[in-house]
Amino acid sequence: MSHLLDRLNFFQSKRLDTFSNGHGETTRENRDWEDVYRDRWRHDKVVRSTHGVNCTGSCSWKIYVKSGIVTWETQQTDYPRTRADMPNHEPRGCQRGASYSWYLYSANRVKNPLIRGKLMRGWRKLRATMNATAAWKALQEDPILRASYVKTRGKGGFVRATWDEATEIIAAANAYTAKTYGPDRVFGFSPIPAMSMVSYAAGSRYLSLLGGTCMSFYDWYCDLPPASPMTWGEQTDVPESADWYNAGYLLLWGSNVPQTRTPDAHFYTEVRYKGTKSAVISPDYSEAAKFGDIWLAPKAGTDAALSMAMGHVILREFHLDRQTEYFEEYTRKYSDFPMLVRLEEKDGKIIPGRFLRADDLQGKLGQKNNPEWKTVAWDTKTKALVSPNGTMGYRWGEGGEWNLEERAKGKDTDLALSFIQDGDHDEVLGVDFPYFGGQATENFVKCEHPDVLTKNIPVKKIKVGKKEIMVATVFDLFCANYGLDRGLGGEWVADDYSKDIPYTPAWAEKITGVPADKIEVVAREFATNAEKTRGKSMVILGAGLNHWYHMDMNYRGIINMLVMCGCVGQSGGGWSHYVGQEKLRPQTGWQPLAFALDWNRPPRHMNSTSAWYAHTDQFRYEQLGVDEILSPTAPEGDWDASLIDYNIRAERMGWLPSAPQLKTNPLEVGKAVKASGKSAAEYVAEQLKSGQMEMSCEDPDAPENWPRNLFVWRSNLLGASGKGHEYFIKHLLGTDHGVLGKDLGEEGGRMPKEAKWHDKAPEGKLDLLVTIDFRMSTTAVYSDIVLPTASWYEKDDMNTSDMHPFIHPLQAAVDPAYESKSDWEIFKSIAKKVSEVAPEILGVETDIVQLPLLHDTPMELAQDQVKDWKKGECDLIPGKTAPNYIAVERDYSQIYAKFTSVGPLLDKLGNGGKGINWNTEVEVQHLRDLNGVVLEEGVSQGMPKLDTAIDACEMILMLAPETNGEVAVKAWHELEKATGLEHAHLALPKEDEKIRFRDIAAQPRKIISSPTWSGIESEHVSYNAGYTNVHELIPWRTLTGRQQLYQDHQWMLAFGEGFCTYRPPVDLKTIEGDFNTEEGQPHVVLNFITPHQKWGIHSTYSDNLHMLTLNRGGPVVWLSEEDAKTAGLVDNDWVEVYNANGALTARAVVSQRMKTGTIYMYHAQEKIVNTPGSEKTGIRGGIHNSVTRTTVKPTHMIGGYAQQSYGFNYYGTVGSNRDEFVIVRKMKKIDWLDTPLTSSEAAE
Amino acid sequence: MHDFLFGIYPYIALTVAILGSIARYERDPFTWKSSSSQLLRRKQLIMGSVLFHIGVLIIFGGHLVGLLTPIAVFDALGITHEAKQILAMVAGGIAGVMALVGGIMLLQRRMGDARIRATTTFADTGILMLLLAQLVLGLSTIPVSMGHLDGTEMVKFMSWAQGIFTFDGQAASYIEDVSIIFKLHLFLGLTIFLVFPFTRLVHMLSVPVRYVLRPGYQIVRSRRSGSAK
Repeated sequence: MSHLLDRLNFFQSKRLDTFSNGHGETTRENRDWEDVYRDRWRHDKVVRSTHGVNCTGSCSWKIYVKSGIVTWETQQTDYPRTRADMPNHEPRGCQRGASYSWYLYSANRVKNPLIRGKLMRGWRKLRATMNATAAWKALQEDPILRASYVKTRGKGGFVRATWDEATEIIAAANAYTAKTYGPDRVFGFSPIPAMSMVSYAAGSRYLSLLGGTCMSFYDWYCDLPPASPMTWGEQTDVPESADWYNAGYLLLWGSNVPQTRTPDAHFYTEVRYKGTKSAVISPDYSEAAKFGDIWLAPKAGTDAALSMAMGHVILREFHLDRQTEYFEEYTRKYSDFPMLVRLEEKDGKIIPGRFLRADDLQGKLGQKNNPEWKTVAWDTKTKALVSPNGTMGYRWGEGGEWNLEERAKGKDTDLALSFIQDGDHDEVLGVDFPYFGGQATENFVKCEHPDVLTKNIPVKKIKVGKKEIMVATVFDLFCANYGLDRGLGGEWVADDYSKDIPYTPAWAEKITGVPADKIEVVAREFATNAEKTRGKSMVILGAGLNHWYHMDMNYRGIINMLVMCGCVGQSGGGWSHYVGQEKLRPQTGWQPLAFALDWNRPPRHMNSTSAWYAHTDQFRYEQLGVDEILSPTAPEGDWDASLIDYNIRAERMGWLPSAPQLKTNPLEVGKAVKASGKSAAEYVAEQLKSGQMEMSCEDPDAPENWPRNLFVWRSNLLGASGKGHEYFIKHLLGTDHGVLGKDLGEEGGRMPKEAKWHDKAPEGKLDLLVTIDFRMSTTAVYSDIVLPTASWYEKDDMNTSDMHPFIHPLQAAVDPAYESKSDWEIFKSIAKKVSEVAPEILGVETDIVQLPLLHDTPMELAQDQVKDWKKGECDLIPGKTAPNYIAVERDYSQIYAKFTSVGPLLDKLGNGGKGINWNTEVEVQHLRDLNGVVLEEGVSQGMPKLDTAIDACEMILMLAPETNGEVAVKAWHELEKATGLEHAHLALPKEDEKIRFRDIAAQPRKIISSPTWSGIESEHVSYNAGYTNVHELIPWRTLTGRQQLYQDHQWMLAFGEGFCTYRPPVDLKTIEGDFNTEEGQPHVVLNFITPHQKWGIHSTYSDNLHMLTLNRGGPVVWLSEEDAKTAGLVDNDWVEVYNANGALTARAVVSQRMKTGTIYMYHAQEKIVNTPGSEKTGIRGGIHNSVTRTTVKPTHMIGGYAQQSYGFNYYGTVGSNRDEFVIVRKMKKIDWLDTPLTSSEAAE
Repeated sequence: MHDFLFGIYPYIALTVAILGSIARYERDPFTWKSSSSQLLRRKQLIMGSVLFHIGVLIIFGGHLVGLLTPIAVFDALGITHEAKQILAMVAGGIAGVMALVGGIMLLQRRMGDARIRATTTFADTGILMLLLAQLVLGLSTIPVSMGHLDGTEMVKFMSWAQGIFTFDGQAASYIEDVSIIFKLHLFLGLTIFLVFPFTRLVHMLSVPVRYVLRPGYQIVRSRRSGSAK
């Protein structure tokens, strides 16, 4: 009762008893104090949830709640067990995840809706006398009022608002923008749906109903490896981490498994006990390096040189000097090695051209359907050319032969891999291959070899009418490309590893710094293991390699090794690129919810890299000329243009999407279409041809083409992924920025030809930036409106990953704290508001939506030749030579009703994905039964309800084959129609299984095998990408239907990437200029690299007190001891890092871990914590992307061409950022910029 | 004013000290600690702390015994007032210097070390400053005392102190004519009692004396229900 009285016990001995000869005693004393410690760990309930963060971990967690407060979290341990002889998945979860509960009640939490004070003042003044849309119009049309809040972005001044007022401003802005410029000027950016798929879908569903633009992320993050769609026609599909345990040889290439894949790392540890050998390739001494039996440290950015040399060794020892039976069989069946390539003459030289197609031959090999999409090979059985099953032409317009059986026209074949044997070839000819090793700049090793290497190839000649076509197999060209001497004479091939000929180990040693003998050993071990185990050699690679401008080379070099050794699609083998949590397992169930496909199709999707490149005006500063990257062997063509011009051509030809789409408001176009009585496609085609109408991409700086409203949710666009951060601030936001360089106009560089140039670049394109977040991130700080969202322990949602096969939930352990609401509820409230406000100016409108030529639709066969209608090379045929134009009806008063119900199109049009489509009426009926139906009269009456986030989860689970066995069986049956083979056995045993939200709340559930993915879920093998291609003979979705190592699109050949080569990093020229004042001062110029960090929750945030305490409490950069010495730095000095793009400030970590020549800045250390002002820019010292600028690559713009066709987050330009160089120097004055604004500044 | 400061204020200070300590012990037992900064940095701590604590303990004991032992006891023991005063001056002087040196070291460490400063509260610095000021005042009484080594002044303080504890309404009047230095010293001393429960000083009430005399090395607490009650 009383601590004091309890101690006043002098009349009673404390000692009750003694024991152990008096060394121990039993005491009598009050023990109430112990309750404090017991209560510390006592809790009211435990709820299953996870961290909806951009992390592949996807770990299930126990969230402990006490007195209505989340107190802490621990790892869940109840995953379904794996099979015998395999370790279980648990425990999953890292220290960073365990620190999350701190965040819920931290000072960084956004607690109320916030509005920029000046915007609020202007709005209230106008709103007092006008309705909402009129008030927003007046605000936008008053330049002084607009500038008053635009120019204060990022400078504080938020005031609290009510939900009602905040959503009204947003609704008014959206409606006004749709009415004035077009709904496609409303952008929304949110990444990685898999991390919290309903929260993503909430915003994208709202935008899709409005007609707004959903921005991609995977390509923008530069995590999308274009090499994957090029090779496999697949975005990215990878083995689950458990499959590492089945590998016999593990090559870790630039992936820091223990640091960035922490919950999976145990499989890597465990498999090494089984005897698996591991080589680690990493330029720095990373945490992973110490796991390696051997560690190779190539110079960062030269990975392709290393993989090419390894490929050289593998080809020599396993394909040429000795023909490994398994490798031959595998590559004949599953790669394009036997396909024939036409050799073209150009200026008297011979270069590899297009694949030989049935269409090129007389009689077209009897192929009437799509002969131009059926590649040809030589059959040694019949000694004749054949069109083997499974090429892209068989996929569309017919059925039954799109498979990988070794057959052609129903007959068995034995395809020739090579014409090397005498008698097989008609001639040996010198064929030109481009070589880029001489282009290296800065501190990369420059080679002395010429830029064209002519190598001898065995060639077959085919008579077609009077013409003669020369062909060679991909394999023969491939070997020549790798510089292998096959006894055909000629130059630039080697029979000895020590010769300095491109792609030998000795050559690679010079470039990479890795000793040649080590390269040989690793390559030999990798291939030997694959031979003995039939493909159980695996490469785990990190996206770091993918962030270079020539990332395709880094990746294709590795993919080549895997294919040569028959590893892809074999359990324990293959390509494990783990980046972003891109695997939204129930994808086909989610898409209708996310893009409102149940109400209208198609939605508006945009590839972000191209969009931000244009709209943040980064193209105005482009220093990389096409002549610097064009191949010396490029075919004839109009190649002399700027990178933005290439993007415009791509949009015009329907290759890439556009946002905005047309310069004219699409709602106005809709009216004109109606008036004309023509179809949308017809009308727009006419207008475009006549020049009456213009595509927005041709003039990104015209006010009609600016993005006007931007939603950012579940994302920190400005604090993390925004490459060219300062350009975002300058042009998109229009506030104080740190751009140090000049644009091409001022600098006098090569000007774009097709993009209209404005002498004065616009600043402040956005009318309204809305961020929805639970934390006051860098993006939030720059926003006009910040809405507080529920944290990961306060909402219901779902989560999946590519690292494990389970689906599991996020759940509201507690109600959203303060005034926050879940993303689902927030967008619902905006939808409600817009349905009230929009009718002031909008009614039932016809919106004309532009659609690019999409992958996995018949449109992927649109353009076998490159022809630009604008140049008169062909007619403008929407959906064929140009994008398609489709009319979509939108009733702006019904957005809320549609948002909260499942629409009728699923019943009418069915559901599907990846080229297959199935009827789904049964599932919609089940949803009616499960969620209940809408009773209110109106458009949604009788439809299934979508009121809560759980209703939305049920919709996903019900419609997806991965979570509904009945759908899975249907989907496999659909695929059977195309392949002519039986696949349904993969799902039949689970036909009755239906996973519901309450099931995953009870325990993570393993998903069901579905044709959406290339691996299977089974009790016998772990999930492995390409598994069904190899074992079910389903073709890869490429031109050849096989793993395609040769890319024959005209632009691929023009840029020298038909075959993989080594391309040194490009010169971005960002360290030269007036801003560089280091002449004579101690400084150092380094290559700037931004890996994922240790003290942050993946790429999402690091402003967590626990994490800040463990490291240096603010931004840091890492550099080597030698470089530090050059710049006169010691550990923990404040440094400034800058170039033309801007500047950042950080503390230096001087470490032996680092290789000289490189500086690391961990990704996403924001400028909101402990960041002083930059001496160069005078503003707060920037983030890692303050010194980067994105540069697009023409080969990523290719479209309408089999696997090189656009898909959202699937193909398209990617935001590379690693070729950047920076100037590093010690800071002289540390200015915290912590004085208040002067009164005149504040008044501005 | 004099009556208030030395007749009433002592009761206020002692009441706050006692009731405040009890309240803190009952309500907030986890704050009942010495708040040692030894984990943050050992530097200077050992020497400073040992000097300070030994000095202060001697002084504290001296004051306790010197002021509160009834005069009759000294007389009975045959200790003259002169002798007692000289003893007090010499022992107190030496201990005071020790405590002062140690205290200054601790203060320098507390203010000068960024790490320790970051975890320091107002009360921590405040009490250390008060104690140092009191030490300075205490030491500055020595020259004054040199002026009358006969011990008469000292007897006044003893009467006063004992008067306070015996609720003698006249207590304050015994020291009406003493030097201002003494008055300041007394006032500050009372103030230390006043702030005592709000500072880390409370740890002196929990000195683990019994630990030294512990019989067993392994302590097993008895079951909660049953014999303990």
